[in-house]
Order: sequence, then structure tokens, then C-alpha cells
Amino acid sequence: MSEATLHQERAVASVRLERAMIALGILALIAAPFVVYPIFVMKMLCFALFACAFNLLLGYTGLLSFGHAAFFGGAAYFCAYAVKAWGWPPEAAILLGAAGAAGMGLVMGFLAIRRQGIYFSMITLALAQMFYFFCVQAPFTEGEDGIQGVARGTLFGIVDLNVTMNMYFFVLAVFLIGVFAVWRIVNSPFGMILRSIRENENRAISLGYSVGRYKLAAFVMSAALAGLAGATKAIVFQFATLTDVTWQMSGEVILMTLLGGIGTMVGPVVGAGLVVGLENTLATSGFPVTIATGLIFMVCVLIFRRGIVGEVYARWPRVPAKA
Amino acid sequence: MTMIFGIPIQALLGQLLVGLINGSFYAMLSLGLAVIFGLLRIINFAHGALYMLGAFIGYLLLVHLGIGYWPALVLVPLIVALFGMAVERLALSRLYRLDPLYGLLFTFGLALVIEGVFRYYYGVSGNPYAVPALLAGGTNLGFMFLPNYRGWVVVASLIVCIGTWLLIEKTRLGSYLRAATENPELVQAFGVNVPLLLTLTYGLGAALAGLAGILAAPVYQVSPLMGSDLIIVVFAVVVVGGMGSILGAIVTGYMLGLAEGMTKVFYPEASNLVVFVIMAIILLLRPAGLFGRDA
Repeated sequence: MSEATLHQERAVASVRLERAMIALGILALIAAPFVVYPIFVMKMLCFALFACAFNLLLGYTGLLSFGHAAFFGGAAYFCAYAVKAWGWPPEAAILLGAAGAAGMGLVMGFLAIRRQGIYFSMITLALAQMFYFFCVQAPFTEGEDGIQGVARGTLFGIVDLNVTMNMYFFVLAVFLIGVFAVWRIVNSPFGMILRSIRENENRAISLGYSVGRYKLAAFVMSAALAGLAGATKAIVFQFATLTDVTWQMSGEVILMTLLGGIGTMVGPVVGAGLVVGLENTLATSGFPVTIATGLIFMVCVLIFRRGIVGEVYARWPRVPAKA
Repeated sequence: MTMIFGIPIQALLGQLLVGLINGSFYAMLSLGLAVIFGLLRIINFAHGALYMLGAFIGYLLLVHLGIGYWPALVLVPLIVALFGMAVERLALSRLYRLDPLYGLLFTFGLALVIEGVFRYYYGVSGNPYAVPALLAGGTNLGFMFLPNYRGWVVVASLIVCIGTWLLIEKTRLGSYLRAATENPELVQAFGVNVPLLLTLTYGLGAALAGLAGILAAPVYQVSPLMGSDLIIVVFAVVVVGGMGSILGAIVTGYMLGLAEGMTKVFYPEASNLVVFVIMAIILLLRPAGLFGRDA
């Protein structure tokens, strides 16, 4: 019985198509705040970066983490605390958040990579839940209220982030830098080794790669970028709460990636946009969000495993490569 | 008053009993997870939701149809098993040839839907379910006071766990099941209806979850959220025990429940965390789990 693994369902992108989508996407994002409510687009961008960071692990290393909310929400807490309690400027607080998430990623990853496959997912989920309970009890998170009233501050002492457009273009810059980092990692020699682990872990081991070390490195990078997204979100919304560290949040980022297309560059961004948009729509309609997300999950897994972008890539007519 | 390590013995035994009760539920749920995983290679994220479903069906039977606790103890597992078997036939059976992670993701979605539906109609507050008249009150054991119902839960869960273990290890059906776990193609070639066996197995796992739910209804409040927090702890139990062995799942469930109870006595702040801490330590010392055969 041959088992189709998560990544074998993935379709290979046509390079031209992907480039065209990225160029159009960036133009749309520059124009977006003049057309749509900017806060909403900022939320989408934070989640899109979160999903891209998650996809680095799932799509390109083949590891399904069920605990990424710990990095996203944890970084939000670190960042919010640094701004509020120590009066740090936003850029330093965001970096602290990302560094904190990386540190957590190192510990969680070290434990989780000791097991493979489904156990890996369960361990990440359990460790993230442990962090959640820690956050419920620890005094610095201010419990159920969360850290409220975090000042946006002045970026590098020059740019006032209380001006919405300044905030927007800062978030856009963070997003682009983060996604570029993912792209660089994936397309580096290091990324090639990650893909070889994804395709056949035993073969990578027999070729002499210390697979554990590569997995851990990928885990830490993914955690740091997820943390970058979470910390930025804390600055945008000026608070950090328990919502961002719950297991539901870990599930949400999986859904974004699955819906958009696992192992594609653009997929998680599309998925994040759709999920955030859907939640916004449902919030006013009274239809429970969890039922909708659960149904999308089930449909995606049953009949739509490539995701939206994956389907587009798979159906796009291929131009034969020129000799 | 007798003291042990500076703690009154009554308090210690009381918390141990709470730990044993929690351990009973951990054991029943991780047993169901292990049974399903053994044959279907699927981690059933919906297990917590099925447990909640069991408790809720018991509650609804009582409120709307006036069906009491004892008939519910039989009806509820049957209803949950039928629901589980329908899910297996309609959806899970399509996922066997794929990465097991898809099964995890599908059942995660299913859990969200089941929980979402009950949250939508019944809100998040708990609904009380009265202890059956036969088991009301308590018994003075001389050294501590034991509420009868709690004693019953421990006994019942032991019966269920041992019964399931005997079913799998000692009966013909169980031997088919174990054989199909080792090599499904070969068992199919011998004329055993493996797809039916898979459906029945998921049904059995679901029935165990439903039974745990109805047993839990008088102990905890019946609420839509009762399953989701529990299932993550049960996942940690399963990681500690390793899913290779049915007995391992049962023993680990009780052990971790007791460990949690002990922690509540000596260091209450950490009682939520202790199962996860133990999991981390086991991963460091013995990555395959206490009873696990493969990593």
C-alpha cells in the first residue's frame, strides 16, 4: 500500500505564474489601505506571515507542528510586556518577541524532534498547551485580561506609528521581509537539505546529514518568524491576550496553510487572507466561526488537499521548457 | 490528625481520589485512542468531542425523554458508536491510503464542528447531571469519606478497561483485530472483512469515549467544552505510554491521573502542567514512551 504523504499532493509551481502572482500581490497590498480598512489588511498580513512561517516547517520540511500558537502568542506577550513595562521602542520589542519565540522553538523543537510523524504533532500540541497553562497563571501576562494598552510608539525614533498609514507600511515591510526570509531559506542549499528530509528522511540520514539538527534549525527559524508575526500583531492591536496562545490558534494556522496550498510560496498568504476575511464576515452574521472552520477543514482534507493555489498550479497549462 | 509530609492524611487521600477519577477518564480515553490508532493509523482528534457528545446525549435523554442514568449507560455508547461508524464509512475510510496526518486534520475539523454545534445551541456554561439515586451519598471508610458515585466511576472504568483488554487479547474477534493491525492485506486474503473490522474498531473506540462521557456527566458539569481541554492531556498521556500497547495506555492513564492528584497536594500551581512535564522528561529519557515499541 503506497501512502501519499502530505507533500506529494503538492503541485509544482510554474515559475512565471508564481512571479506574476507575487508582483500583482505586492501592487495590490500597496494599494489596499486606500481602498480597504487598513487595520483589517494589517491583521491579514500578520496572519499571512504566521502561515508562511508555519509552511516553512510543514510544506518544506514535512513536519506538522500543532503548537505554533505558542510562538505567535508568546512573542506577542514578550513584545507587549517589553513596550509596556520597560518602555522599549517598537522595533526592539518586536525583535525581542521574535528572539523569545526562537528560544521557545529551540526547547520545544528539541523535545519534539525526538519522535516522528503523528507523535511529533501530538508533542508540539501538548507542549503548546503547557505554555498556555503557564500563560494563564503567570503574573506578567495579566491573566484573562491580557496586556492591554500597549503604546505603538515611534519607529526608530522618527516614524510615528500612531498614524495608521505609517503603521500599515511598517507592517507591510515586516511582512515582505519575513516572506523573503522564508523564500531565501527554502531556496538555499540548507532548504534543499530540508526538502530531502521531507522526501525521504532515511535516505537523508544515510547520505550523512544530521537530520535532527536540520529539523531543529528549521523549527527554530519557523518559530522565530511566527514570533515576528505575533509581535507585530501585538503592536498593531496594542494588546496581547490568551486567544493567541490557544490550540484553536494553532489549528487556524494549519487551516490557512492547508486551504491556500501546502508547500507553495503564495498559498499560505491566500489562505490567511481567506480565513481572516471569512472570520470577519461571520463575526457579524452570528454563524459560529468554529463550525465554519471545522467544515472547511473536513472538505479540504477530503477533496481539496492541494489547496487553492496548489489547484491553480496543477491545472495551469505547462509551457515546455526551452532547450 | 495523622500527617504525612506535613499534609493531613485526609487531604492527601481526597486528592488521590480526585487523581484516580481523572486517571480513570485518561485511561478510558487513551485506551480508545490506542485501539483506533492500532488498526486505523489515525489519531482521533475528535475523541474529546465524542466524549462530550456522550455526556450531552446522556443529558438530553434525561431532559427530553426522561431516560435515566442506567439505561443511558447502555444507550449512549451505542448512539456514539453508530455516529462514529457513520463518520468512518463516509469519510475516514477515504483517508487510509494517505499520510496519517490527514486523519488527524480531518478529525480535528470534525471536533470543531461537533463542539461548535453544541456551543451554538447550549452556550458554554455547564449543565448539572444528578448522581443516580442508587449511588447518592457516600461511605465512611474509617480513614476517609468516599462519595459512592466516585467509587463507582473508578470500579466501572476498571471493568471497562479490563473488559476491552480481554476482548482484544483473548477473543477471536480480538485476534482478527490484532492480525489486521500487523498485516491488513494478508488478513483480507484469509477472507476476513477488513473494511468492516475497521468500521467496528472506530465504533468501539467511539463507544469507549461515549461511555467515558456519560460516566463523567455526574462528576463534571456537562458542557460543550469538556472534551477539548481533556483530549490534549490525553494526547500527552498517549505520548508517555506509547501507543504500541493496550495495557500500556491503561496503566499510564491511571498513573498520570494519580501524579496529577499528588501534585495538587504538594504544589497546586503546577497541577495543570505536571502531565506535560512528565511527558517532556519521558521524551528526554525514553523517547519511544514507557510501553512503546517504535518511535
